[in-house]
This record gives sequence, structure tokens and C-alpha cells, in this order.
Amino acid sequence: MRRATFGVLRLWIVPVTLIVWELVTRATVSPFFPPPTRIVEQFHAMWLSGPASQLLLTDRALETFGPSLGRLLLAWVIAGVLGVALGVALGRIRGVADYADPVLQFLRALPPPLLVPIFFALFEIGTATQLAVIVFGVIWPVLVNTTDGVRAVDKGFLETARVFQFSRYDILRRVILPAAMPKIFAGLRLSLSLALILMVVSELVGSNSGIGYSLLYAQQSYDYAGVWAHIVLLGVLGLLFNALFLVAEGRVLSWHAHARRTV
Amino acid sequence: MLELVDLGHNYGSYRAIDRVNLKVAQGEVVCIVGPSGCGKSTLLRSIAGLIKPTGGTVLLDGKPVDGSPENLAVVFQDYSRSLYPWMSALANVGLPLRRRGLDKKKRDAAAMNALEQVGLAGAAAKFPWEMSGGMQQRVSIARALAYQPKLLLMDEPFGSVDAQTREELEDLTLRVCAHHGMTILLITHDVDESVYVGDRVVVLSKAPGTVVGDLPVQLPGPRDQIHTRELDAFVRLRAEVGRLVRGITPQRNTHGNTHGYGYGVETR
Repeated sequence: MRRATFGVLRLWIVPVTLIVWELVTRATVSPFFPPPTRIVEQFHAMWLSGPASQLLLTDRALETFGPSLGRLLLAWVIAGVLGVALGVALGRIRGVADYADPVLQFLRALPPPLLVPIFFALFEIGTATQLAVIVFGVIWPVLVNTTDGVRAVDKGFLETARVFQFSRYDILRRVILPAAMPKIFAGLRLSLSLALILMVVSELVGSNSGIGYSLLYAQQSYDYAGVWAHIVLLGVLGLLFNALFLVAEGRVLSWHAHARRTV
Repeated sequence: MLELVDLGHNYGSYRAIDRVNLKVAQGEVVCIVGPSGCGKSTLLRSIAGLIKPTGGTVLLDGKPVDGSPENLAVVFQDYSRSLYPWMSALANVGLPLRRRGLDKKKRDAAAMNALEQVGLAGAAAKFPWEMSGGMQQRVSIARALAYQPKLLLMDEPFGSVDAQTREELEDLTLRVCAHHGMTILLITHDVDESVYVGDRVVVLSKAPGTVVGDLPVQLPGPRDQIHTRELDAFVRLRAEVGRLVRGITPQRNTHGNTHGYGYGVETR
């Protein structure tokens, strides 16, 4: 109870900032810095004035968000699956890491946006390129964390599995992966926030749909309230993804949180 | 059923155990006792196939063991690293049965039956971290029971629980495992425990560990924590094992001798 009240009280900074921001932007009247009320208005007009059957989302919102979020989630899932699979191979198969590590470190150091031209050449403009950019950018945290996690599985867990003669599949599926899951989830969470960034970046460069494209369009039509509305939207999406992810993590890893608390 | 022939193991230049010879008959409960660092765990890990001994052979039913043998279960000292915290007690007990080709229903039934035998039927859905140390070790014992191994190895199984729980678990082991006719090899550094639990006590010397004593335990009637421990035969045997563990010959007096492990040898 006291904690909750304290939490709410700490949020005083938010309304204060908004009010100051509003007052300053009204006083200075710069076209680049519209007042927050103006941004909210624009946000509402563009995306939130739709019918109740669409949860108030406008057609424009659905057309803009749909492709973006679809690509983001698809790319994240692909990166997750590939990252875990490669990570397990790197972490558990002796010798593989020695060969693959230098190559992976090199690839990891490349900033994904720089690879956009190459992906264009490979896949042409469109969804495949955007997916490739996102996957390439967000696979690393999953891969590195999985490798780490499967290497660090407690020896006791593995010896038990050996004594009771678990099959290789059971050792992987029921011992190694669950043991590494906390680390894998940490990687997936980082990847999700990176995926949001790369989604926008990939749409700014070569796309004719999505949030990034819409942002670029607003900027080119001197609709600065619209540009700010996009920024707010991305912040909200980031928050939302993180919150959903934490709920999912709490369910899958409840044993981990509890086990750590009691040890 | 189990035979160790000249079993030896080196870690680099350190010789942990040296030419251990031991025969264990079907259905016997054999306790191996020795001072800290006498290679007890090395011995057990060699039998379990967790390490490859550098010398000698382990024969199980006359056949040399290579890797982890079939029909063998281990109860480890550290239950927190042996039970999987992401699974309920029931799932932990049932997991090894997947290898036996049973379907989920039969596995669960067998696991439940084993949990009942250790008195944990009500805790089947609990996770290890929701249980006390003693309960967790009982789950480990249930897992071994459900697996129905011919040979059960126990590596200081009661070393991490308090004294009362320890006595409870000793009795549980005698009642349940021995009742199933399982052959048990229990490793301990506790002289009292070895005499109380074992049909036979095998004493290992300080490193490099080798067999320095092999004593049959002849105690009347079913064992009981209070009565058995006050029997003259128990006390005498305990003193004898204690002396062997400390490497003292019976002629020398034992008063005030403190090198060795833990327990005072009473002379009555």
C-alpha cells in the first residue's frame, strides 16, 4: 500500500514536464516544436478516431501499424528461433565455437543499417529486405545469451541426466534449454526493443508502408505535430511490448524467480 | 552383483583411490565410510560412470561397466543441483521413466506411487524450491524408487539436512529401499550412520583410498534409532569402525586423539 502510493507520487514529474513543455512551446511558437496538446490532437486524428469495432483505431492506423508490427514480430520470431538454435550448437558442440567465433564477432560488429544496400541487392526492396535487416540486427543478443546459458548449465543437472540415461533429446529439451531459459529470455527482451528500432530504420530507407514510412511522409509534408505523434507512438509501442514480454516471462520463468528468492 | 577389481583413479599426479577391491551381493546394503578426502566420491562416480577410472574395472553382473550403466540410480548429496527446479516433484520423479518407454499416464502413476512411499503424496505438485531440504531429498529417493534400479548409489545422501531429518531419512532408506530388495551402496563420512544403515561397513583409508576394513553388521531385529544405537554390539562396532577410519590400531588408546573426522570414540 505504502509502496503503491509512493510509486504514484513519484510520477509527479510526468504532469509537471508536460505542463512546462506546453507553456514553453506555446510561448515560443516554433513550427518544429508544437505543444503537446497539438501532438495529442494529431495522434488522435490520425489513428484514434476510428469506430469502436476497431478499438477506435482508424483505417489509416491499421494500414500503417499492421505491416510494421507484422514484420517486427515475424523478424523477432525468426531471430529468436535461429538465435537459440545456433546458440545451442555453439554452446554445446565442442569445437564449433572455436571456428565460428571470429566470424560471428565480425558479423556482430557490423551496424545492420549499413547492410541495407546489400540486402536490397539480395532481396530487392520490400518485406524480405526489411525482415533481413531486422533479423540480422536482433539475432545477436539471443545468440550470445543462449550460448552463454547452455554453457553454464549446472554440472549437477547434467550428471543426474547422465546417470538416469536421458536421451539426447530429453537432455536438450528438458534439462539444458530450461536451465538456459532465464538467459535466453534476457536476450529475447533486448532483441525485442532492438527490433522496434530496426523496424523503423528499415522502413525509413526502403519502404512504401509502415510506421517508418509514415513518419518520413509526415516530415516531408512539414507536419511536425505528426512527426512528434510518431515518436510518441514508438515510445508507447516500446512500453507495451516490454510489458507484454514481462508478463510472458513471469509465466514461463516463475520457477526461476521463486527458486532464486528461496536460495 | 557389483564387483570392483583393483579400481584406481588418479587426478593428474594425485592418486585418489588405489586398488580398491570390493564385492557386493544382490540385496545387500553396503556402507562405505572413510575420512574426508579419501576418494569416496571418486569411487562412487567411477561406479556411476561419471568418470572413467584410470585403473582397474567395475563389473556389474559380471560385465565390465563402460559409461553410465543401465539400472543404476544415484541419490546425490546436493539435491538442489539434482532435482530440476523447473519441474514439479511429480515431474522430477517421472522424468527418468521416459527412458522406460512408459506413456505419460503410467509414468505419473509410478511417480505418484513412489512419492506415496516416501510420504510426499500431498506434495506431488510442489516445486523443489517450495520444499525443505529433507523433503527434497525424499523426492530424490522417490525418483530412485520409481526408477527401480538394481543398484542404488547414495553419495552422502543425508549430509545436507539437520539431525532429525537425517534420522528420518535413514529409516526411510532402510524401510523403503531395502524393502524393495534393492542393492544399495551408501557413501558417508559418518561412522554412526554407516553402522546403523549398513548390512556391511567398508572402511576406506585416507587418500589414496583403499579398503582397510570390511565388517559385517550383525544387529538383532529391525533397526530403531534409539534402541539399536544403545546396543552393546552397535557401540562396539561403531568404536571399531571409528578406529579404522582414523587409522588407529586397537592397541593404541584413542583418548584425546583428534586427527580424523568428527565423532568421538567412546570406550566403555
